[in-house]
Amino acid sequence: MRTLKYREAISEGLVQAMEQDPSIFVTGISVNYSSHVFGTTKEVSERFPDRVITTPAMENALTGICIGAAAMGKRPVIVHDRADFSFLAMDNLINLAAKWKYMYGGNAGSVPIVTRMIIGRGWGQGATHSQAIHSLFGHFPGLAVAMPATPYAAKGVTMAALAADHPTVILEHRSLFEIEGQVPEEPMTEFVPRRLLWLGRDLTIVATSHMVIEALAAQRALSEMNVSVEIINPVWIRPLDGDAILESVRKTGRLLVADVSHELCGFASEVSALVAEKAFSSLKGPIRRLTLPDCPAPVAQSLEEAFYPKASTIVGLVLEMLGRDVPEGLATIDRVDSFKGPY
Amino acid sequence: MTPLELHRELLRLRRSEELLASLYRQQEMRTPTHFGIGEEAISVGVCAALNLPHDAVFTHHRSHLAYLACGGSFEALCAELYGRETGCSRGRGGSVHLTSREHGFIASSAILGEMIAVATGAAWAFKMNHEDRVAVCFFGEGAADEGILYESMNFASLNKLPVLFVCANNKYATESPLSARMAADADLIDRAETFGIDAFEVNGNDVGEVYETTQRALQHVREGQPCFLECATYRWLEHVGPNYDFEMNRTYRSRDELEEWQALRDPIVLSAENLTVSEFDSLDVMDAEIQAELKAAADRAYAAPKPDRSTMFVNVW
Repeated sequence: MRTLKYREAISEGLVQAMEQDPSIFVTGISVNYSSHVFGTTKEVSERFPDRVITTPAMENALTGICIGAAAMGKRPVIVHDRADFSFLAMDNLINLAAKWKYMYGGNAGSVPIVTRMIIGRGWGQGATHSQAIHSLFGHFPGLAVAMPATPYAAKGVTMAALAADHPTVILEHRSLFEIEGQVPEEPMTEFVPRRLLWLGRDLTIVATSHMVIEALAAQRALSEMNVSVEIINPVWIRPLDGDAILESVRKTGRLLVADVSHELCGFASEVSALVAEKAFSSLKGPIRRLTLPDCPAPVAQSLEEAFYPKASTIVGLVLEMLGRDVPEGLATIDRVDSFKGPY
Repeated sequence: MTPLELHRELLRLRRSEELLASLYRQQEMRTPTHFGIGEEAISVGVCAALNLPHDAVFTHHRSHLAYLACGGSFEALCAELYGRETGCSRGRGGSVHLTSREHGFIASSAILGEMIAVATGAAWAFKMNHEDRVAVCFFGEGAADEGILYESMNFASLNKLPVLFVCANNKYATESPLSARMAADADLIDRAETFGIDAFEVNGNDVGEVYETTQRALQHVREGQPCFLECATYRWLEHVGPNYDFEMNRTYRSRDELEEWQALRDPIVLSAENLTVSEFDSLDVMDAEIQAELKAAADRAYAAPKPDRSTMFVNVW
């Protein structure tokens, strides 16, 4: 295996899938702009120019249009530069794509559309360009929801989604596009996620998307304090691999869920409920959820700094859960976001 | 199709809806159902001009007419309404979610305007694949209140897609008259034309006119020029359910207005004027045959097995 960036892994997944399957096309409002969705659609635009098609801003109709194309045997990939734009496509995605196979009794075939959407976070993206909406999509039967946090998973979910018989939503995180990791060169159609990212014994951290990066940084700091944490990353929000989480908590007896969205009715609450229901007797203390504050994302840097939890937040919480003192100056472990604006 | 064949189709659709509406009153078809009595000529005329099952047809919540006009099985429709395993959607979809792909009827859906985009997407696929097929979408003028129609017409025109938009203007969306939804000087034909779509105004209760206009429009559609038909018509029954509005004491429209449409513009009466005397004389026999077939099919549908609970999760993925 060689090392690729997250964005390169997505690109490679798209290229290999499109080489294998001529029915795949990529569409959305910016897919062949010069920025090529953080570089992820550059190579497919060059290799398959007829199959990478920029459309007007028409998220709702475009999703319905792609459902129609899929019903006729195509495999569309829709890209939303910001996940927030997909709210305009909710009717077709939830009322039609997710239910198509079921509500026609299997007799109208399936519509395996893939919708990629990017979580903006930071640099003043604010309330409507930064939301992580996996909990919302994860709610509905018939829709697969993926949240890759590593280059390996990014290529894996891209290729698995394009080989599946059901619609898939993939939530990519802008802060991950430059992250590097090992990715196989061969096509990853039979993708099995690595759910256990770090082996530990004192406490389980279930982390999603960008919080995986923060959790790994927290793990390094904690190990210097003689605390051993285990990190589980559910790549698929639906179908959820609950066993991986339960197995880990039965071993460590403690659970912290670090998610990239809000608490109420959110994914962190779902994981907490699962463990409370099925591994209650293994718990040595209360489950904790680390989520976004209960307000829309602010723009001002002073507020944004305080809005997003970081590695130091995780370290502080873990120490608290273990009954240990929280030292001063933890913030020195936090990564400085190198993103340059505006978008 | 000959005038007699078109007439037989009209009669078959009318008798189908009448039978379903009478059975519906028994409360054993537990699915919200939008009957299309009075609007049959649009589905019959358009579908007669298509190359089925090669072309692809989509429709809205008032779904039975297009399904039947494509050749969808009445027994499977009836079984769907009864919630039987033999229903066209295996009892999972109900009246608003029908399919009969083997007849070119891809799907109907309940949410206003959805299928306009889906049909546009099917046409996009045909164009990408260089296939000589067209997609057709039926919808009511109520769907013209939704933005998705305009997004779809723009996209179809921009990309020269082989799609025919068929708007049944029955003047009421549920209980809202056009006057509550469109400015008095607004016009659906103008709206379509402004996107670069060829638009035709049709008497939607005259099956011959619908058939001929569709044939004309399809010549353009097959060359990549999307077209729009506005078909004037009138819904006889209530929005959802088997009753007349006057039976339910609703006052959003008058009984006089209904009776005027029934007396002067019934699609079946208008169609009969195109028949020869001997054809006209054969109608009673034809009608009896149709009704006997439908009754037998409805009995079979009722007797069919119900979905087993163990199959609840089949086809979720």
